[in-house]
Amino acid sequence: MQHSFLRSRLTAMALALAATAPFAHAAEKSVAVTAIVEHQALDAVRDGVRDELKAAGFEAGKNLKYEFQSAQGNTGTAAQIARKYAGARPDAIVAIATPSAQAVVSATKDIPVVFSAVTDPVAAKLVKGWDASGTNVTGVSDMSPLDKHLELVKRVAPNAKRVGVIYSPGEANSVAIVEALKKAASAAGLVLVEAAAPRSVDVSSAAQSLVGKVDVIYAPTDNNVMSAFEGIVKVAQASKIALVAADTDGVKRGAVAALGLNYYDIGRQTGKVVVRILNGEQPGKIASQTSTNFELHVNPAAAQKQGVTLSEELVKSAKFVVR
Amino acid sequence: MSLIASLGAIEIGLIFGLVALGVFLSFRVINFPDLTVDGSFPLGGAVAAALIVAGLDPFAATAAAIVAGAAAGALTAWLNVRLRIMQLLASILVMIALYSINLRVMGKPNVALINDPTVFTLFEFAGLPDYVLKPLVLLVIVIAAKVLIDLFFASETGLAMRATGSNPRMARAQGISTDKQTIVGLALSNALVALAGALFVQSQGGADISMGIGTIVIGLAAVIIGETILPARSLIITTAACIVGALLYRFFIALALNSDFIGLQAQDLNLVTAVLVAFALLVPAYKRKLAKLLPGKSKAAPVIVKEA
Repeated sequence: MQHSFLRSRLTAMALALAATAPFAHAAEKSVAVTAIVEHQALDAVRDGVRDELKAAGFEAGKNLKYEFQSAQGNTGTAAQIARKYAGARPDAIVAIATPSAQAVVSATKDIPVVFSAVTDPVAAKLVKGWDASGTNVTGVSDMSPLDKHLELVKRVAPNAKRVGVIYSPGEANSVAIVEALKKAASAAGLVLVEAAAPRSVDVSSAAQSLVGKVDVIYAPTDNNVMSAFEGIVKVAQASKIALVAADTDGVKRGAVAALGLNYYDIGRQTGKVVVRILNGEQPGKIASQTSTNFELHVNPAAAQKQGVTLSEELVKSAKFVVR
Repeated sequence: MSLIASLGAIEIGLIFGLVALGVFLSFRVINFPDLTVDGSFPLGGAVAAALIVAGLDPFAATAAAIVAGAAAGALTAWLNVRLRIMQLLASILVMIALYSINLRVMGKPNVALINDPTVFTLFEFAGLPDYVLKPLVLLVIVIAAKVLIDLFFASETGLAMRATGSNPRMARAQGISTDKQTIVGLALSNALVALAGALFVQSQGGADISMGIGTIVIGLAAVIIGETILPARSLIITTAACIVGALLYRFFIALALNSDFIGLQAQDLNLVTAVLVAFALLVPAYKRKLAKLLPGKSKAAPVIVKEA
């Protein structure tokens, strides 16, 4: 008897809890974030999104249900994460990098999706064009301002004729960049020399293959390049070839200069889009964007090690100087 | 776990069920440790995606993917039986060569298929939502593949193939060309894996060059989970066990994705999956031990008596 009494009371309590729960959380917004793999640039995007949400008053764990999942490099897992989110129905899904964004976009046609760090969202078929899509998808691209990057290459090494680029041929983003870079280089009177690194362990030998063939090495926003950046720095120092990066984090890690594309800022920009959606805007009415906030970072000490001297004017115009 | 997440796990599990069947064929039936699948899975995806984008009918594109996979498997077998290259190395060579070939086939590392026709869109007249339709279509395909394989294994050629794997000397003495059987077996195995790749890109919105990474690991894990949970001598049950194993493996990943409540984070996913699979493999062994400790022939009865 006592047992059944207790049980009925517990049931009543559970029912009461269940009844109050939806009211307590009615105002709570939810954001689910996924990335294809963990690495510095993509993690910076994720942190940027979270910080921007917090700045706008959506704090994870307080008034925001926030979740992050990484596919750890596996496209099958990326697809499953996409299904998990499609089932959980958050107010917005943030998908970082092309494979994750494609998995999410093919898993839901109605939950708002904000992609980030996708270089060419049109080629990836996430959106039909750069204008507002009219669908549930919008986002922020990480396309580099390539002509500005080549300008920087010329300012760092005014006599450079041949520019080496290291990239992974298996990465959609990097191939898009190298294609565009070829055109931009010939327009700027430079010759582009490609070195492919299919895996991150191939990066340093790709850098070595450029020695003697190029005057400057350009490191694009490539996953393999970013993972094995120090390998390129070593080659650049040993062979006195200046290394110019696309991502400002590269300057801290030993590149001479970068006009970036700061991935944390791309995350903040993505976060702003998410906030607009949480506040009731339709994703289909927000145009896809590229990063507009470029900062010049320079590293005079690295320049010296790589056999170039940065002009005073260049160092002065830098937003950040690594000492 | 939500309904959509569970159906998503079933959908991807069914696709990897085909991979598991292929891996079972190479590793278990013809006894050939074949790593080609890491290349033939994206090959199937690449061929299907490239042809669909070029405007070909999705069924024809899927058929072409199957043929491409068979060719890749036959090449691995040929390197081994004709050129006498060690089995593992032959398959590794084809696997790494396929990376470049896949890039050539796709023309770029990622071919999107988000609003293009697929084998699934053809069934949309049924009015079912996508997340129900896709697993249903896949279920039919996987069952058909399983039945065809069972029929094949019961045929004379199929029996010759099994003999090739279990006792090549005896097989040759019986007049079976073991070389030919190896080539046909690997072609069939990789054709199944390429079919899985072709279906994967059509259900997941695009082919990506990185999609092959770890295919063999998942396929082998599925075969072993299946064998442990459904041990049997009959091939009909063993092929079913492969599919069950693949489904379970995807469910473990879905469970691991929901393990954040115990303080685990996104980066722990692969570890949690590994631990769950290890537990699944331990359970049948402990069940047997328990059964031995308990008196009598009946395994289940004493437990019920205790509870009462």
